[in-house]
Amino acid sequence: MIEYLDSLIIVLVKHDLVTAFAVIGLIVWLAYQISYHLTKGRLHGSAIAILIGLILAYVGGWLTGGKKGIADIPVFAGVGLLGGAMLRDFAIISTAFGIQFSEIRRTGISGAVSLLLGVSISFFLGASIAYAFGYTDSVSITTIGGGAATYIVGPVTGAAIGASSEVIALSIAAGLFKAILVMVFTPWVAKWIGLDNPRTAMIFGGMMGTTSGVAGGLAATNPALVPYGAMTATFYTGIGCLLGPSFFFVIIRYLVG
Amino acid sequence: MAILRHVSQGDPVVIYGVALLALCMLGGLVLGQAIGLLIGVQANVGGVGIGMLALIAATELLRGKGRLKEISQQGIVFWSSIYIPIVVAMAASQDVLSAIRGGPIALFVGGLVTLACFAMVPVLDRLSQREPEHTIEESENRVDD
Repeated sequence: MIEYLDSLIIVLVKHDLVTAFAVIGLIVWLAYQISYHLTKGRLHGSAIAILIGLILAYVGGWLTGGKKGIADIPVFAGVGLLGGAMLRDFAIISTAFGIQFSEIRRTGISGAVSLLLGVSISFFLGASIAYAFGYTDSVSITTIGGGAATYIVGPVTGAAIGASSEVIALSIAAGLFKAILVMVFTPWVAKWIGLDNPRTAMIFGGMMGTTSGVAGGLAATNPALVPYGAMTATFYTGIGCLLGPSFFFVIIRYLVG
Repeated sequence: MAILRHVSQGDPVVIYGVALLALCMLGGLVLGQAIGLLIGVQANVGGVGIGMLALIAATELLRGKGRLKEISQQGIVFWSSIYIPIVVAMAASQDVLSAIRGGPIALFVGGLVTLACFAMVPVLDRLSQREPEHTIEESENRVDD
């Protein structure tokens, strides 16, 4: 019996991407069943699927101590490839198929404004909270502020200005938490913030910035809005990495001495 | 694009759609990387966004000329319809454990920032909406004059 189980696992590990298709298919099916039967469609199937994914990611991290969630378990390694940056960005770009230039041109400026405002608000609010929690050196405050933007801006900023690894880890955690919250809560706040049209979706993408959060949150709200939000969000991390170690660092250094 | 000019029924055109998508992504990422280098940032600046614009431009151009066959569109549509499962896989491979273990500061920073940004969306929405409405009113007034 154990021999059969072993050979099954060998097959699953060897064909990890195919295993991932089956596993994710099962999760999505389960999520939609829960959505129809337990919530009568009130909670969108994809929102539940993302939630199940996050819970599995927690379990994976807890079991293996790794950083890639469920993908650190060899049998589920393919989930990491399927959900990795390469295929995620490929799928994000494909969602742009069928939208029109005129739509984007109309929102162009408010999208750009939302980007600058989004990065600045996240940064300074994050920096203020770091200060309130007792961080007084400009390097740590700036790095945590960067993490409040996205979990990439934090470590990039921290590395550039020489933050300690503990503070860099903290900034990544803050950014990850933001991404998760955006993924989970976007469908809930969508009505409240008027997130039901392409223009608002573009502003939303620039305001939140975290590509994974925006991608997941909009998918669970209304898949038709994904390309608009993703479009602005993909500029956010770059702008954050540009402003974090330069402009924002200078301002923080001026403020705290 | 000359390739797409002579497609007959039996040609494997689905891959042309996938290849077009791939070229848009690679082109966008290369440009994004170049922008990053240019402004001295260790990150890809808007590569995916540029790729999306490239895809919109390419498909609008090809469709206008009637060269984007129904079946090569399938090569793009497939990926956009598999988007949600990919996002689920992405969620399942996040470092959720360290996000939670980051402690109260990480939770406070992530939570408050998310809340503030959510709240700012309708504010910015209303601010940017007011401008075009004004210009319409102004032009109408001018007609009345």
